[in-house]
Amino acid sequence: MPVLLITDVFVWALVLMALFYAFKVSRQPHLRANWVLIFQRPAAMVSALILGFFIVVAAMDSVHYRPALEATPGQATRYASDPVSLLDQLVKPVAQARERSYSAPLAAHGFRKESIERDGGTVRDYPRLKFGGAHLSDPAAQRQADVVQRSAVAVGQALLCIALIAGLALALASQRSALPWSETAGRFWRGQSPWPWRALALTLACMTVVLFWLVQLSEVYHVLGTDRTGNSVLVFALKSVRTALVIGSLTTLVVLPLALALGITAGYLRGWVDEVIQYIYTLLASIPDVLLIAASVLLLQVFIDKNQGFFDTALERADARLFFLCLILGITSFTGLCRLVRGETLKLRELEYIQSAKAFGVSTPRILRSHIMPNLMHLVLINTVMQFSSFVLAEAVLSYVGVGVDPKTASFGVMINTARMELAATPVVWWTLTTAFVFMLVIVLSANLLSDAVRDAFDPRMRLRSSRSVKRATSTQNSKVAA
Amino acid sequence: MIRFLLRKIAYGLAILVGINLLTFVLFFQVNTPDDMARLQLGGKRVTPDAIEKWKAERGYDRPLFINDRATGVAALTDTVFMDSSLRMFAFDFGQADSGRDIGSEIRRRAGPSLALALPTFVVGIGISVVLALGLAFFRGTYLDFGGTVLSVIFMSISSLFFIVAGQFMFSRVLQLLPVSGFDPGTDAWRFLILPIAVSIFARLGGEVRFYRTLFLEEIGKDYVRTARAKGLTDTVVLFRHVFRNALIPILSASVAVIPLLFMGSLVTESFFAIPGLGSYLIEAIGAQDFAIVRAMVFIGSVLYILGLILTDISYSLADPRIRLQ
Repeated sequence: MPVLLITDVFVWALVLMALFYAFKVSRQPHLRANWVLIFQRPAAMVSALILGFFIVVAAMDSVHYRPALEATPGQATRYASDPVSLLDQLVKPVAQARERSYSAPLAAHGFRKESIERDGGTVRDYPRLKFGGAHLSDPAAQRQADVVQRSAVAVGQALLCIALIAGLALALASQRSALPWSETAGRFWRGQSPWPWRALALTLACMTVVLFWLVQLSEVYHVLGTDRTGNSVLVFALKSVRTALVIGSLTTLVVLPLALALGITAGYLRGWVDEVIQYIYTLLASIPDVLLIAASVLLLQVFIDKNQGFFDTALERADARLFFLCLILGITSFTGLCRLVRGETLKLRELEYIQSAKAFGVSTPRILRSHIMPNLMHLVLINTVMQFSSFVLAEAVLSYVGVGVDPKTASFGVMINTARMELAATPVVWWTLTTAFVFMLVIVLSANLLSDAVRDAFDPRMRLRSSRSVKRATSTQNSKVAA
Repeated sequence: MIRFLLRKIAYGLAILVGINLLTFVLFFQVNTPDDMARLQLGGKRVTPDAIEKWKAERGYDRPLFINDRATGVAALTDTVFMDSSLRMFAFDFGQADSGRDIGSEIRRRAGPSLALALPTFVVGIGISVVLALGLAFFRGTYLDFGGTVLSVIFMSISSLFFIVAGQFMFSRVLQLLPVSGFDPGTDAWRFLILPIAVSIFARLGGEVRFYRTLFLEEIGKDYVRTARAKGLTDTVVLFRHVFRNALIPILSASVAVIPLLFMGSLVTESFFAIPGLGSYLIEAIGAQDFAIVRAMVFIGSVLYILGLILTDISYSLADPRIRLQ
């Protein structure tokens, strides 16, 4: 039985919007030219690929349903009370293989000594894990060799897979360009193409190897260890990806209509309307972000506590909180976009083509829709991609402060927050923190690189600047950096 | 100038009135005093009498906006809204739920906050400007490229990582500095040096990259070409002309932040257990103390508006072409 959470609705709305945008881009040459420019940058292409992988993970985690319970004959099918997602289903073997407490990555034994009944007496020793390395009869001697052997198999399989795909792609490419395949391969390897095929292929190969390795070793080990309650860190991190992406993207999406509407109205109508709208956004900007977020989340918490019956399950409650967090984050940050849109509209409305549209008697809504709006879209796009990474980072901080997502929601902030205390203990539990930070770094870094490329391509000021520096470039290197 | 300032201050006051109304609606309308009382007194088993008593102690037992029972002006003034707002504007924040006076607590905690925030701010700007200038000097070389890549990577690392890693490195592994805590005396530097260094590091990437763009933008201007054509060396042009001109936007942008330094830093303070305003706020959020949060929102907004006015003034001081009107 499918379940639709609030954020699910918005995630899929976002996907639809992205598809619609892609469709429009493919129809409009000037937009297409910009996107070609973006994807011809190796860094941007690689980032897009990595982000794409995370988006797939997040999308799988956004299809929720309540699985059917084993049917007793003659009764209507009953459903489990807690919704699960496609991702949950996929990682079920690992997620259900819970240990009792901490265990290091790829370990076969627990991390701390426990009292174990053995040979009739009690000894303090590291307990065997229920899942990690359970197939080994003597982990101390066999584990290392087993890990190496499984890794080798995984890498081998991955390489085989890559070789197959690469061969196919090469055959296809050489057929299309009517060149001998050695020539095609040479061109590919020397990067003689406007498209960064080589970087793309290398990234894809690395991702395949890592993925194969993770899957292969996850069959018998907790690859990234387990946390305090014995849950797999890898699964938790994968679940956190959705939270991070939702916060990064929904936040802008939710307030986009508001910022656009207010900004355009203020800029186009001017006069007292402008004054009022300016007053509103100055007011919101005057309250330091963290304070406004803290105040709002505090209120939200009281509201949720007061209306417990409103939500069916804990997941829905946590999801509503995530959604409201996006809303609040959006409201604190929409002022920037609103101000930009207003300024741009003020400038646009004085341009000749708008004046002539007015003279022709085109109605105001029509002018706004077909003459002003399209010329503001680059601002929206740049703003959205630029703010994405800052929101992902902000979530971790807010969760630490206690005004972030619900403590039961999987998120990097929650992960860091719970793992932080363990640094004081000896020996150190390092893998939860490391996993959270590495995942965050990969997501945020790719987002930053992509947003740089988007800004360079869409911001007219940036384009002006880089073309000027190309002209002034004295060495070939200079132009490489500028381009 | 005076007229400009007066108008700015009047606008600031108007904004403050709006903020006051907004926070009041948030804290009293969305969340009635009854809810607050129940939350503070604990759970659902609170008797109505206890709630009434709690409200009466804080003067929350009156009507929120309009007092029907009073006549004349008192109908508007003898309300929770007017009372709490007027006292807020007089910087009298009343008592926290723990019974302490919020105003004196804030004054006491502003010191440690400032001791952390001010050096971070000054040294941070200094280091970022020097590094950015270096990158601009070596523009177009591998050094510049590497530096830019490095700052993007720095930007992408969560600030929490720097805190955790710093504490782990210097306090646990090397055992050079205390993990956290604070001492108001001369020994304070021992507690402050790590948080300061960590805060600077966490912001370095973004700032260096931003300042580098500012420098490069300045280098692209006509007067630089003229200076070069005149025969001045690249070094002289960069360090004398470009540096000074690019400093104007950097410093003016920083002025807006100065008043907010009093607010301290939320995360750093609470990680390092420094008894400043940031950790005060976190404690208040943890204890769900609305009076403190509202007071902090108000002070934060006052400081922000102050920063905006300072920015306007500093612009006109730094750049005579900008006239205040």
